[in-house]
Amino acid sequence: MSESLFGIHGMALELRSQRMGVIASNIANAGTPGYKARDFDFAKALQARTLGMDAGEAEKAATLYRVPVMPSLDGNTVEMSTEQAAFGENAVGYQATLTFIRGRVETVTRALRGE
Amino acid sequence: MSMGQPLTLFGLAGRSMSAQLVRMNAAASNLSNAGSIAASEAEAYRPIRAVFAEQLDRTSGLATVQVAAVVREQAAPIKQHDPDHPLADEEGNVWASPVDENAEMVEMLEASRQYQNLVEAVSTVRQLMLDTMRNR
Repeated sequence: MSESLFGIHGMALELRSQRMGVIASNIANAGTPGYKARDFDFAKALQARTLGMDAGEAEKAATLYRVPVMPSLDGNTVEMSTEQAAFGENAVGYQATLTFIRGRVETVTRALRGE
Repeated sequence: MSMGQPLTLFGLAGRSMSAQLVRMNAAASNLSNAGSIAASEAEAYRPIRAVFAEQLDRTSGLATVQVAAVVREQAAPIKQHDPDHPLADEEGNVWASPVDENAEMVEMLEASRQYQNLVEAVSTVRQLMLDTMRNR
């Protein structure tokens, strides 16, 4: 039911939320020696999700380690600027998807009311 | 630490914020012991340092931080010749703690920056979740 009501936006919101966790993990581990920053390609994950994978599998299929611009001596590959940009971009994407869902719900509500 | 419960984004940020606090406390302890004098080399204060390790929560795929250990640095105390000091040994030497104030200040600054980054991330996440809840 919710699949057909929200279409691709339901899956997108789920993946956006997962990506938020991945990037927050990177931010949290900015000072951990040897930590390798990860991220996943949202478009790739969404495509995998639409082809029938569940959200966890789709995330795993599209996850890669981040290539640092300047590797640090302790083996940590988190770069704050990159992570903050990615986090911001993802938050905007989440917000946009939420707006689409809200629009969809409003449309259906209006149709049900018969206005 | 509550086992079994999957980690949420808020739990993740909370844990890594407390790890940063441990780090900041270690730096504060070092700063307050900067230049303290001891009677022998063995008694002299040595700087402490928090060692971070990644803690992966397999159920949620989130990685938070834990303090794996708080270790003492192996820096050698500084020998000072000060025969008038009440703690001086028979050769007239005392040992000062080998704390590098500048390094400790940098450590504190870095810890507070990372703490702030986490606060920022949490407030964004909180706002987005509230927006999702209020979805009408």
